[in-house]
Amino acid sequence: MGMTITEKILAKHANLDSVKAGQFIEANVDIALGNDITAPLAIKEFKKLGIKKVFDKNKVSLIPDHFTPNKDIKSAEQSKILREFAKDQDLTHYYDQADVGVEHVLLPEKGIVVPGDLVIGADSHTCTYGALGAFSTGVGSTDLATTMAIGKVWLKVPETIKFVITGKLPQGVYGKDIILHIIGIIGVGGALYRAMEFTGDTIENLNMADRMTICNMAIEAGGKSGIITPDAITEEYVKSRAQRPYEFFASDPDAKYLEVIHIDTTKLEPKIAFPHLPSNIKNISEAKNIKIDQVVIGSCTNGRIEDLRIAANILKGKTVNENTRLLIIPTTPLIYKQAMEEGLFSIFLDAKATISPPTCGPCLGGHMGVLAKGEKALTTTNRNFVGRMGHPESEVYLCSPAVAAASAIKGEIVAP
Amino acid sequence: MIFKGKVHKYGDNVNTDEIIPARYLNTSDEAELAAHCMEDIDIDFPKNVQPGDIIVAGENFGCGSSREHAPLAIKASNVSCVIAQSFARIFFRNCINMGLPILESNFYQEIKSGDEIKIDLDTGIITRLRDNKKFKTEKFPEFMQNIINAGGLMSYVKNKI
Repeated sequence: MGMTITEKILAKHANLDSVKAGQFIEANVDIALGNDITAPLAIKEFKKLGIKKVFDKNKVSLIPDHFTPNKDIKSAEQSKILREFAKDQDLTHYYDQADVGVEHVLLPEKGIVVPGDLVIGADSHTCTYGALGAFSTGVGSTDLATTMAIGKVWLKVPETIKFVITGKLPQGVYGKDIILHIIGIIGVGGALYRAMEFTGDTIENLNMADRMTICNMAIEAGGKSGIITPDAITEEYVKSRAQRPYEFFASDPDAKYLEVIHIDTTKLEPKIAFPHLPSNIKNISEAKNIKIDQVVIGSCTNGRIEDLRIAANILKGKTVNENTRLLIIPTTPLIYKQAMEEGLFSIFLDAKATISPPTCGPCLGGHMGVLAKGEKALTTTNRNFVGRMGHPESEVYLCSPAVAAASAIKGEIVAP
Repeated sequence: MIFKGKVHKYGDNVNTDEIIPARYLNTSDEAELAAHCMEDIDIDFPKNVQPGDIIVAGENFGCGSSREHAPLAIKASNVSCVIAQSFARIFFRNCINMGLPILESNFYQEIKSGDEIKIDLDTGIITRLRDNKKFKTEKFPEFMQNIINAGGLMSYVKNKI
Protein backbone atom coordinates (compact mmCIF):
# COMPACT_ATOMS: atom_id res chain seq x y z
CA MET A 1 0.00 0.00 0.00
CA GLY A 2 1.36 3.41 -0.95
CA MET A 3 1.57 6.38 1.38
CA THR A 4 0.35 9.95 1.18
CA ILE A 5 2.84 12.83 1.33
CA THR A 6 1.74 13.39 4.93
CA GLU A 7 2.35 9.75 5.91
CA LYS A 8 5.78 9.82 4.26
CA ILE A 9 6.90 12.92 6.14
CA LEU A 10 5.57 11.54 9.43
CA ALA A 11 7.22 8.14 8.86
CA LYS A 12 10.57 9.75 8.19
CA HIS A 13 10.37 11.85 11.35
CA ALA A 14 9.37 8.84 13.44
CA ASN A 15 12.28 6.81 11.99
CA LEU A 16 9.83 4.29 10.55
CA ASP A 17 9.64 2.77 7.07
CA SER A 18 5.94 3.38 6.91
CA VAL A 19 3.01 4.65 8.96
CA LYS A 20 -0.71 4.44 8.45
CA ALA A 21 -3.67 6.55 9.45
CA GLY A 22 -4.71 6.09 13.07
CA GLN A 23 -1.24 5.09 14.27
CA PHE A 24 0.26 6.97 17.24
CA ILE A 25 3.86 8.07 16.73
CA GLU A 26 6.48 10.10 18.51
CA ALA A 27 8.07 12.25 15.86
CA ASN A 28 11.22 14.37 15.71
CA VAL A 29 10.46 18.05 15.29
CA ASP A 30 12.42 20.32 12.92
CA ILE A 31 10.96 23.60 14.17
CA ALA A 32 8.90 24.31 17.30
CA LEU A 33 7.25 27.71 17.30
CA GLY A 34 5.61 29.94 19.88
CA ASN A 35 4.33 33.51 20.06
CA ASP A 36 3.77 36.15 22.73
CA ILE A 37 0.41 34.63 23.72
CA THR A 38 1.28 30.94 23.79
CA ALA A 39 5.00 30.88 24.63
CA PRO A 40 4.81 32.44 28.12
CA LEU A 41 2.71 29.47 29.29
CA ALA A 42 5.07 27.06 27.51
CA ILE A 43 8.14 28.67 29.10
CA LYS A 44 6.51 28.41 32.52
CA GLU A 45 5.86 24.69 31.97
CA PHE A 46 9.32 24.11 30.43
CA LYS A 47 10.96 25.47 33.56
CA LYS A 48 9.02 22.97 35.68
CA LEU A 49 10.75 20.12 33.85
CA GLY A 50 14.05 21.09 35.43
CA ILE A 51 15.93 21.09 32.12
CA LYS A 52 18.44 23.85 31.56
CA LYS A 53 18.56 24.08 27.77
CA VAL A 54 16.12 23.57 24.92
CA PHE A 55 16.78 20.47 22.78
CA ASP A 56 18.29 22.54 19.95
CA LYS A 57 18.66 26.31 19.93
CA ASN A 58 18.35 26.34 16.13
CA LYS A 59 15.01 24.53 16.18
CA VAL A 60 13.00 26.58 18.65
CA SER A 61 11.59 29.81 17.24
CA LEU A 62 9.86 32.46 19.34
CA ILE A 63 8.09 35.29 17.59
CA PRO A 64 6.24 37.96 19.58
CA ASP A 65 3.81 39.05 16.86
CA HIS A 66 0.31 39.07 18.37
CA PHE A 67 0.16 42.01 20.76
CA THR A 68 3.31 43.77 19.54
CA PRO A 69 4.29 46.58 19.47
CA ASN A 70 3.02 45.92 23.00
CA LYS A 71 -0.51 47.12 23.47
CA ASP A 72 -0.43 47.42 27.25
CA ILE A 73 1.62 46.64 30.33
CA LYS A 74 0.42 43.06 30.60
CA SER A 75 1.34 42.19 27.04
CA ALA A 76 4.69 43.93 27.49
CA GLU A 77 5.31 41.59 30.43
CA GLN A 78 4.45 38.60 28.22
CA SER A 79 6.90 39.74 25.54
CA LYS A 80 9.53 40.27 28.19
CA ILE A 81 9.24 36.60 29.20
CA LEU A 82 10.01 35.61 25.59
CA ARG A 83 12.86 38.08 25.27
CA GLU A 84 14.59 36.91 28.44
CA PHE A 85 14.08 33.23 27.64
CA ALA A 86 15.35 33.67 24.07
CA LYS A 87 18.45 35.46 25.34
CA ASP A 88 19.06 32.93 28.08
CA GLN A 89 18.70 30.05 25.62
CA ASP A 90 20.56 31.89 22.86
CA LEU A 91 17.81 31.02 20.38
CA THR A 92 18.84 31.51 16.76
CA HIS A 93 15.33 32.21 15.50
CA TYR A 94 13.98 34.78 17.91
CA TYR A 95 12.71 37.93 16.22
CA ASP A 96 11.90 41.10 18.07
CA GLN A 97 11.47 44.83 17.51
CA ALA A 98 12.36 45.81 13.93
CA ASP A 99 12.96 42.17 12.96
CA VAL A 100 9.56 40.85 13.96
CA GLY A 101 6.98 39.78 11.42
CA VAL A 102 3.82 37.71 11.48
CA GLU A 103 5.18 34.26 12.32
CA HIS A 104 3.68 32.23 9.48
CA VAL A 105 4.85 34.72 6.89
CA LEU A 106 8.26 35.25 8.46
CA LEU A 107 9.38 31.61 8.84
CA PRO A 108 8.94 30.61 5.16
CA GLU A 109 10.27 33.99 4.00
CA LYS A 110 13.50 33.47 5.93
CA GLY A 111 13.81 29.83 4.88
CA ILE A 112 13.60 28.66 8.48
CA VAL A 113 10.86 26.19 7.53
CA VAL A 114 11.69 24.10 4.43
CA PRO A 115 10.00 21.36 2.38
CA GLY A 116 9.85 17.97 4.08
CA ASP A 117 9.97 19.47 7.58
CA LEU A 118 7.85 18.49 10.55
CA VAL A 119 6.82 21.69 12.31
CA ILE A 120 4.70 22.21 15.39
CA GLY A 121 3.61 25.63 16.50
CA ALA A 122 1.65 26.89 19.46
CA ASP A 123 -0.55 28.77 17.04
CA SER A 124 -3.38 27.23 15.09
CA HIS A 125 -2.29 28.69 11.74
CA THR A 126 0.96 26.73 11.86
CA CYS A 127 -0.68 24.60 9.15
CA THR A 128 0.43 27.32 6.67
CA TYR A 129 3.76 25.57 5.97
CA GLY A 130 2.00 22.73 4.17
CA ALA A 131 2.27 25.06 1.19
CA LEU A 132 6.01 24.27 1.13
CA GLY A 133 5.39 20.54 1.26
CA ALA A 134 6.05 20.32 5.01
CA PHE A 135 3.88 18.67 7.66
CA SER A 136 2.94 21.41 10.08
CA THR A 137 0.26 21.60 12.71
CA GLY A 138 -0.94 23.73 15.58
CA VAL A 139 -0.56 22.57 19.16
CA GLY A 140 -0.94 24.11 22.60
CA SER A 141 1.55 25.52 25.06
CA THR A 142 2.13 22.25 26.93
CA ASP A 143 3.07 20.53 23.67
CA LEU A 144 5.45 23.39 22.92
CA ALA A 145 6.98 23.07 26.39
CA THR A 146 7.68 19.36 26.09
CA THR A 147 8.89 19.67 22.49
CA MET A 148 11.31 22.42 23.52
CA ALA A 149 12.64 19.92 26.07
CA ILE A 150 12.89 16.69 24.10
CA GLY A 151 12.50 17.68 20.44
CA LYS A 152 9.68 15.17 19.96
CA VAL A 153 5.92 15.38 19.77
CA TRP A 154 3.21 12.72 19.95
CA LEU A 155 0.96 12.62 16.92
CA LYS A 156 -1.81 10.46 15.60
CA VAL A 157 -1.26 9.89 11.88
CA PRO A 158 -4.24 11.61 10.27
CA GLU A 159 -6.43 10.30 7.51
CA THR A 160 -6.24 12.48 4.40
CA ILE A 161 -8.96 14.15 2.37
CA LYS A 162 -7.72 14.85 -1.15
CA PHE A 163 -9.01 17.89 -3.00
CA VAL A 164 -8.61 17.81 -6.77
CA ILE A 165 -8.96 21.40 -7.89
CA THR A 166 -9.06 21.97 -11.61
CA GLY A 167 -9.78 24.76 -14.08
CA LYS A 168 -8.56 28.25 -14.81
CA LEU A 169 -9.37 30.84 -12.15
CA PRO A 170 -11.68 33.59 -13.40
CA GLN A 171 -10.45 37.21 -13.25
CA GLY A 172 -10.55 38.54 -9.68
CA VAL A 173 -10.63 35.09 -8.07
CA TYR A 174 -7.71 33.97 -5.90
CA GLY A 175 -6.45 31.29 -3.53
CA LYS A 176 -8.52 32.83 -0.74
CA ASP A 177 -11.71 32.28 -2.71
CA ILE A 178 -10.76 28.62 -3.29
CA ILE A 179 -10.22 27.90 0.40
CA LEU A 180 -13.34 29.81 1.46
CA HIS A 181 -15.30 27.80 -1.11
CA ILE A 182 -13.89 24.54 0.30
CA ILE A 183 -14.70 25.51 3.90
CA GLY A 184 -18.19 26.44 2.73
CA ILE A 185 -18.63 22.97 1.22
CA ILE A 186 -17.27 20.82 4.04
CA GLY A 187 -17.94 23.08 7.05
CA VAL A 188 -15.84 24.18 10.03
CA GLY A 189 -15.62 20.59 11.24
CA GLY A 190 -15.48 19.01 7.80
CA ALA A 191 -11.83 18.03 8.03
CA LEU A 192 -11.68 17.44 11.79
CA TYR A 193 -8.47 15.54 12.73
CA ARG A 194 -7.69 15.10 9.01
CA ALA A 195 -4.93 16.21 6.65
CA MET A 196 -6.17 18.20 3.65
CA GLU A 197 -4.12 17.55 0.51
CA PHE A 198 -4.68 20.14 -2.21
CA THR A 199 -3.94 18.91 -5.73
CA GLY A 200 -4.97 19.60 -9.33
CA ASP A 201 -3.89 21.95 -12.11
CA THR A 202 -5.36 25.04 -10.42
CA ILE A 203 -3.12 24.49 -7.41
CA GLU A 204 -0.12 23.67 -9.62
CA ASN A 205 -0.50 27.06 -11.29
CA LEU A 206 -0.78 29.07 -8.06
CA ASN A 207 2.08 31.14 -6.68
CA MET A 208 3.43 30.43 -3.19
CA ALA A 209 1.45 33.29 -1.63
CA ASP A 210 -1.86 31.78 -2.74
CA ARG A 211 -0.75 28.29 -1.74
CA MET A 212 0.09 29.57 1.73
CA THR A 213 -3.32 31.27 1.99
CA ILE A 214 -5.01 27.95 1.19
CA CYS A 215 -3.00 25.82 3.62
CA ASN A 216 -3.27 28.56 6.27
CA MET A 217 -7.02 28.11 6.51
CA ALA A 218 -7.06 24.29 6.71
CA ILE A 219 -7.66 24.79 10.44
CA GLU A 220 -10.86 26.70 9.66
CA ALA A 221 -12.24 23.41 8.31
CA GLY A 222 -11.00 21.67 11.46
CA GLY A 223 -8.02 20.18 9.59
CA LYS A 224 -4.91 18.99 11.36
CA SER A 225 -2.82 20.12 8.41
CA GLY A 226 -3.02 21.28 4.83
CA ILE A 227 -0.43 20.22 2.29
CA ILE A 228 0.57 20.81 -1.33
CA THR A 229 3.08 18.64 -3.20
CA PRO A 230 6.23 20.72 -3.77
CA ASP A 231 7.15 21.43 -7.39
CA ALA A 232 9.18 23.83 -9.55
CA ILE A 233 7.32 26.84 -8.08
CA THR A 234 8.21 25.65 -4.57
CA GLU A 235 11.81 25.07 -5.63
CA GLU A 236 12.04 28.59 -7.04
CA TYR A 237 10.72 30.00 -3.75
CA VAL A 238 12.91 28.00 -1.37
CA LYS A 239 16.21 27.68 -3.22
CA SER A 240 17.45 31.16 -2.33
CA ARG A 241 15.96 31.12 1.16
CA ALA A 242 16.45 27.67 2.69
CA GLN A 243 18.71 27.70 5.73
CA ARG A 244 18.85 23.89 5.79
CA PRO A 245 18.80 21.06 3.22
CA TYR A 246 15.27 20.20 2.17
CA GLU A 247 13.48 17.21 0.72
CA PHE A 248 10.50 16.98 -1.62
CA PHE A 249 7.92 14.31 -0.84
CA ALA A 250 4.93 13.28 -2.94
CA SER A 251 2.01 10.93 -2.46
CA ASP A 252 2.16 7.48 -4.06
CA PRO A 253 -0.38 6.81 -6.82
CA ASP A 254 -1.94 4.07 -4.67
CA ALA A 255 -1.99 6.12 -1.46
CA LYS A 256 -5.15 5.70 0.59
CA TYR A 257 -7.52 8.65 0.98
CA LEU A 258 -10.54 8.91 3.23
CA GLU A 259 -12.31 10.92 0.57
CA VAL A 260 -11.58 12.66 -2.74
CA ILE A 261 -13.40 15.92 -3.46
CA HIS A 262 -13.37 17.44 -6.96
CA ILE A 263 -13.72 21.18 -7.45
CA ASP A 264 -13.98 22.99 -10.77
CA THR A 265 -12.89 26.62 -10.48
CA THR A 266 -13.83 27.86 -13.95
CA LYS A 267 -17.01 29.52 -12.72
CA LEU A 268 -15.89 30.36 -9.20
CA GLU A 269 -16.99 33.78 -7.93
CA PRO A 270 -15.21 35.78 -5.23
CA LYS A 271 -16.42 34.41 -1.89
CA ILE A 272 -17.40 36.10 1.34
CA ALA A 273 -17.59 34.38 4.73
CA PHE A 274 -20.52 36.01 6.52
CA PRO A 275 -20.66 36.29 10.32
CA HIS A 276 -20.09 34.29 12.50
CA LEU A 277 -18.42 31.22 11.01
CA PRO A 278 -15.77 30.83 8.28
CA SER A 279 -18.06 28.21 6.71
CA ASN A 280 -20.91 30.70 6.25
CA ILE A 281 -19.85 31.28 2.64
CA LYS A 282 -21.79 33.24 0.04
CA ASN A 283 -20.94 34.39 -3.48
CA ILE A 284 -20.11 38.07 -3.66
CA SER A 285 -23.17 38.60 -5.85
CA GLU A 286 -25.29 37.70 -2.81
CA ALA A 287 -23.64 40.36 -0.63
CA LYS A 288 -25.92 43.32 -1.23
CA ASN A 289 -25.94 46.70 0.58
CA ILE A 290 -23.54 45.63 3.32
CA LYS A 291 -21.92 48.85 4.52
CA ILE A 292 -18.46 48.40 6.00
CA ASP A 293 -16.91 50.45 8.82
CA GLN A 294 -13.44 48.96 8.62
CA VAL A 295 -11.44 47.02 6.04
CA VAL A 296 -8.28 45.13 7.03
CA ILE A 297 -5.72 43.83 4.54
CA GLY A 298 -3.09 41.78 6.33
CA SER A 299 -2.54 38.70 8.54
CA CYS A 300 -0.82 35.33 8.10
CA THR A 301 -3.61 34.53 5.63
CA ASN A 302 -3.30 37.47 3.23
CA GLY A 303 -0.65 39.98 4.22
CA ARG A 304 2.10 39.05 1.77
CA ILE A 305 3.61 41.33 -0.87
CA GLU A 306 1.50 39.68 -3.60
CA ASP A 307 -1.64 40.56 -1.61
CA LEU A 308 -0.51 44.16 -1.16
CA ARG A 309 0.22 44.48 -4.89
CA ILE A 310 -3.29 43.27 -5.73
CA ALA A 311 -4.75 45.81 -3.31
CA ALA A 312 -2.56 48.63 -4.63
CA ASN A 313 -3.54 47.87 -8.19
CA ILE A 314 -7.18 48.43 -7.27
CA LEU A 315 -6.60 51.40 -4.96
CA LYS A 316 -4.34 53.32 -7.37
CA GLY A 317 -5.76 56.78 -7.95
CA LYS A 318 -8.85 56.02 -5.81
CA THR A 319 -9.89 57.11 -2.34
CA VAL A 320 -11.32 55.05 0.50
CA ASN A 321 -14.99 55.81 1.21
CA GLU A 322 -15.42 58.55 3.80
CA ASN A 323 -17.41 56.22 6.07
CA THR A 324 -14.84 53.43 5.95
CA ARG A 325 -11.42 52.98 7.53
CA LEU A 326 -8.84 50.98 5.57
CA LEU A 327 -6.02 49.39 7.51
CA ILE A 328 -3.12 47.77 5.67
CA ILE A 329 -0.65 45.53 7.50
CA PRO A 330 2.50 44.45 5.65
CA THR A 331 3.34 41.33 7.65
CA THR A 332 7.14 41.31 7.74
CA PRO A 333 9.89 43.94 7.68
CA LEU A 334 10.94 42.69 4.22
CA ILE A 335 7.42 43.01 2.84
CA TYR A 336 7.15 46.44 4.47
CA LYS A 337 10.33 47.58 2.72
CA GLN A 338 9.33 46.00 -0.59
CA ALA A 339 5.93 47.70 -0.47
CA MET A 340 7.58 51.01 0.28
CA GLU A 341 10.19 50.69 -2.46
CA GLU A 342 7.67 49.54 -5.04
CA GLY A 343 5.63 52.68 -4.40
CA LEU A 344 2.69 50.83 -2.84
CA PHE A 345 2.83 53.00 0.28
CA SER A 346 2.24 56.15 -1.78
CA ILE A 347 -0.79 54.53 -3.39
CA PHE A 348 -2.14 53.45 0.01
CA LEU A 349 -1.53 56.81 1.67
CA ASP A 350 -2.99 58.74 -1.26
CA ALA A 351 -6.06 56.48 -1.03
CA LYS A 352 -6.37 57.43 2.68
CA ALA A 353 -5.40 54.04 4.05
CA THR A 354 -3.56 53.59 7.35
CA ILE A 355 -0.37 51.52 7.22
CA SER A 356 0.36 49.45 10.31
CA PRO A 357 3.67 47.93 11.41
CA PRO A 358 3.79 44.11 11.13
CA THR A 359 1.47 42.59 13.76
CA CYS A 360 -1.39 40.12 14.11
CA GLY A 361 -3.13 42.98 15.99
CA PRO A 362 -6.71 43.41 14.80
CA CYS A 363 -7.15 39.88 13.37
CA LEU A 364 -7.86 38.60 16.85
CA GLY A 365 -9.26 41.82 18.25
CA GLY A 366 -6.00 42.46 20.04
CA HIS A 367 -5.12 46.02 19.14
CA MET A 368 -4.36 48.32 16.19
CA GLY A 369 -7.90 48.37 14.83
CA VAL A 370 -10.46 46.90 17.25
CA LEU A 371 -14.19 47.16 16.40
CA ALA A 372 -16.84 49.08 18.34
CA LYS A 373 -20.33 47.76 19.13
CA GLY A 374 -22.39 47.26 15.99
CA GLU A 375 -19.52 47.86 13.57
CA LYS A 376 -18.89 45.72 10.51
CA ALA A 377 -15.44 44.76 9.25
CA LEU A 378 -14.46 43.24 5.92
CA THR A 379 -11.10 41.57 6.25
CA THR A 380 -8.56 39.34 4.54
CA THR A 381 -7.93 37.50 7.82
CA ASN A 382 -9.14 34.02 8.75
CA ARG A 383 -11.82 34.03 11.44
CA ASN A 384 -15.15 35.77 11.90
CA PHE A 385 -16.31 34.29 15.19
CA VAL A 386 -18.43 36.32 17.61
CA GLY A 387 -16.27 39.11 19.03
CA ARG A 388 -13.22 38.05 17.03
CA MET A 389 -12.14 41.58 16.11
CA GLY A 390 -13.57 43.50 19.01
CA HIS A 391 -16.97 44.07 20.57
CA PRO A 392 -19.11 40.90 20.87
CA GLU A 393 -21.81 42.72 18.88
CA SER A 394 -19.53 43.64 15.98
CA GLU A 395 -19.50 41.63 12.74
CA VAL A 396 -16.65 40.27 10.62
CA TYR A 397 -16.80 39.30 6.93
CA LEU A 398 -13.86 37.45 5.34
CA CYS A 399 -12.66 37.94 1.77
CA SER A 400 -9.67 38.19 -0.59
CA PRO A 401 -7.40 41.27 -0.79
CA ALA A 402 -9.02 42.24 -4.12
CA VAL A 403 -12.53 42.28 -2.67
CA ALA A 404 -11.26 44.11 0.42
CA ALA A 405 -9.61 46.87 -1.64
CA ALA A 406 -12.57 47.36 -3.99
CA SER A 407 -15.02 47.39 -1.08
CA ALA A 408 -12.96 49.95 0.85
CA ILE A 409 -13.39 52.38 -2.04
CA LYS A 410 -17.12 51.76 -2.30
CA GLY A 411 -17.75 51.62 1.45
CA GLU A 412 -19.73 48.42 1.03
CA ILE A 413 -19.00 44.87 -0.11
CA VAL A 414 -18.49 44.81 -3.88
CA ALA A 415 -16.75 42.64 -6.45
CA PRO A 416 -13.25 43.75 -7.50
CA MET B 1 -12.92 9.05 39.15
CA ILE B 2 -16.48 10.28 39.57
CA PHE B 3 -17.82 13.78 38.88
CA LYS B 4 -21.25 15.11 39.74
CA GLY B 5 -22.51 18.52 38.70
CA LYS B 6 -24.93 20.80 36.99
CA VAL B 7 -24.91 21.04 33.20
CA HIS B 8 -24.16 24.22 31.26
CA LYS B 9 -25.26 23.39 27.72
CA TYR B 10 -24.07 25.03 24.48
CA GLY B 11 -24.49 24.37 20.76
CA ASP B 12 -22.15 23.39 17.91
CA ASN B 13 -18.81 25.02 17.03
CA VAL B 14 -18.22 26.79 20.34
CA ASN B 15 -14.88 28.42 19.50
CA THR B 16 -11.89 29.49 21.52
CA ASP B 17 -12.73 33.18 21.00
CA GLU B 18 -15.98 32.49 22.82
CA ILE B 19 -14.39 30.35 25.53
CA ILE B 20 -11.84 33.08 26.27
CA PRO B 21 -11.84 36.20 24.08
CA ALA B 22 -8.43 37.32 22.79
CA ARG B 23 -8.79 40.67 24.56
CA TYR B 24 -7.98 38.81 27.79
CA LEU B 25 -4.97 36.92 26.42
CA ASN B 26 -2.48 39.48 27.64
CA THR B 27 -2.29 37.33 30.74
CA SER B 28 -2.05 33.65 31.59
CA ASP B 29 -3.30 34.19 35.14
CA GLU B 30 -5.83 31.41 35.71
CA ALA B 31 -8.23 33.31 37.97
CA GLU B 32 -8.33 36.23 35.57
CA LEU B 33 -9.03 33.94 32.63
CA ALA B 34 -11.79 32.17 34.57
CA ALA B 35 -13.42 35.53 35.32
CA HIS B 36 -14.12 35.94 31.57
CA CYS B 37 -14.72 32.32 30.57
CA MET B 38 -17.56 31.92 28.01
CA GLU B 39 -18.66 35.53 28.53
CA ASP B 40 -19.28 36.40 24.87
CA ILE B 41 -21.92 33.67 24.51
CA ASP B 42 -23.00 33.37 28.15
CA ILE B 43 -22.30 36.53 30.11
CA ASP B 44 -23.48 34.92 33.37
CA PHE B 45 -21.28 31.82 33.15
CA PRO B 46 -18.43 33.10 35.37
CA LYS B 47 -21.01 34.12 37.98
CA ASN B 48 -23.17 30.99 37.77
CA VAL B 49 -20.63 28.22 37.44
CA GLN B 50 -20.17 26.12 40.58
CA PRO B 51 -17.25 23.81 41.41
CA GLY B 52 -17.81 20.44 39.72
CA ASP B 53 -20.20 21.75 37.06
CA ILE B 54 -20.09 20.17 33.64
CA ILE B 55 -20.07 21.76 30.18
CA VAL B 56 -22.08 19.87 27.56
CA ALA B 57 -21.79 20.91 23.92
CA GLY B 58 -22.47 19.82 20.36
CA GLU B 59 -20.02 19.25 17.52
CA ASN B 60 -16.52 20.70 17.17
CA PHE B 61 -16.21 22.20 20.66
CA GLY B 62 -13.11 24.40 21.05
CA CYS B 63 -12.57 25.14 17.37
CA GLY B 64 -10.33 28.03 16.34
CA SER B 65 -7.16 29.07 18.04
CA SER B 66 -4.54 26.89 19.75
CA ARG B 67 -4.67 29.00 22.91
CA GLU B 68 -4.31 26.72 25.92
CA HIS B 69 -5.89 29.60 27.81
CA ALA B 70 -9.23 28.14 26.66
CA PRO B 71 -9.07 24.81 28.52
CA LEU B 72 -7.19 26.65 31.27
CA ALA B 73 -10.07 29.13 31.70
CA ILE B 74 -12.54 26.22 31.89
CA LYS B 75 -10.38 24.30 34.35
CA ALA B 76 -9.87 27.40 36.49
CA SER B 77 -13.66 27.87 36.53
CA ASN B 78 -13.65 24.56 38.44
CA VAL B 79 -15.57 22.80 35.69
CA SER B 80 -15.00 19.10 36.31
CA CYS B 81 -15.49 17.78 32.79
CA VAL B 82 -16.46 18.82 29.26
CA ILE B 83 -18.66 16.49 27.23
CA ALA B 84 -19.19 17.20 23.54
CA GLN B 85 -20.37 15.34 20.48
CA SER B 86 -16.93 16.10 19.04
CA PHE B 87 -13.96 18.31 19.87
CA ALA B 88 -11.74 20.45 17.67
CA ARG B 89 -8.36 18.81 17.37
CA ILE B 90 -6.02 21.26 19.12
CA PHE B 91 -8.48 21.82 21.97
CA PHE B 92 -8.83 18.05 22.42
CA ARG B 93 -5.06 17.67 22.49
CA ASN B 94 -4.63 20.53 24.95
CA CYS B 95 -7.17 18.94 27.33
CA ILE B 96 -5.41 15.57 27.22
CA ASN B 97 -2.04 17.27 27.74
CA MET B 98 -3.09 19.48 30.64
CA GLY B 99 -5.42 16.99 32.31
CA LEU B 100 -8.85 18.57 31.86
CA PRO B 101 -11.23 15.59 31.65
CA ILE B 102 -13.20 15.46 28.41
CA LEU B 103 -15.55 12.91 26.91
CA GLU B 104 -17.10 12.43 23.49
CA SER B 105 -20.72 11.39 23.66
CA ASN B 106 -23.89 11.50 21.62
CA PHE B 107 -26.29 12.00 24.49
CA TYR B 108 -26.51 15.72 23.67
CA GLN B 109 -30.26 15.71 22.89
CA GLU B 110 -31.04 13.96 26.17
CA ILE B 111 -29.61 16.61 28.45
CA LYS B 112 -30.92 20.06 29.33
CA SER B 113 -29.07 23.00 30.81
CA GLY B 114 -29.42 22.78 34.57
CA ASP B 115 -29.71 18.95 34.61
CA GLU B 116 -27.58 17.23 37.18
CA ILE B 117 -25.43 14.42 35.84
CA LYS B 118 -22.88 11.98 37.21
CA ILE B 119 -19.84 10.90 35.21
CA ASP B 120 -17.82 7.80 35.98
CA LEU B 121 -14.57 8.32 34.08
CA ASP B 122 -13.39 4.75 34.65
CA THR B 123 -16.42 3.09 33.11
CA GLY B 124 -17.31 5.94 30.73
CA ILE B 125 -20.90 5.89 32.00
CA ILE B 126 -22.87 9.11 32.35
CA THR B 127 -25.99 9.11 34.52
CA ARG B 128 -28.81 11.64 34.23
CA LEU B 129 -29.75 12.00 37.89
CA ARG B 130 -33.38 13.12 37.45
CA ASP B 131 -34.35 9.63 36.22
CA ASN B 132 -31.11 7.63 36.55
CA LYS B 133 -30.92 7.08 32.79
CA LYS B 134 -27.43 5.96 31.75
CA PHE B 135 -25.39 6.80 28.64
CA LYS B 136 -22.18 5.11 27.53
CA THR B 137 -19.17 6.94 26.11
CA GLU B 138 -16.20 5.64 24.11
CA LYS B 139 -12.89 4.98 25.85
CA PHE B 140 -9.75 6.83 24.79
CA PRO B 141 -7.10 4.97 22.76
CA GLU B 142 -4.43 3.40 24.98
CA PHE B 143 -1.72 5.90 24.00
CA MET B 144 -3.84 8.85 25.16
CA GLN B 145 -4.99 6.97 28.25
CA ASN B 146 -1.33 6.59 29.24
CA ILE B 147 -0.87 10.37 29.09
CA ILE B 148 -4.06 10.91 31.06
CA ASN B 149 -3.02 8.30 33.64
CA ALA B 150 0.39 9.96 34.00
CA GLY B 151 -1.47 13.15 34.96
CA GLY B 152 -0.92 14.99 31.69
CA LEU B 153 1.87 15.41 29.16
CA MET B 154 4.27 17.18 31.51
CA SER B 155 4.37 14.26 33.93
CA TYR B 156 4.41 11.79 31.02
CA VAL B 157 7.48 13.46 29.55
CA LYS B 158 9.12 14.00 32.94
CA ASN B 159 8.98 10.25 33.49
CA LYS B 160 10.87 9.76 30.24
CA ILE B 161 13.64 12.32 30.78
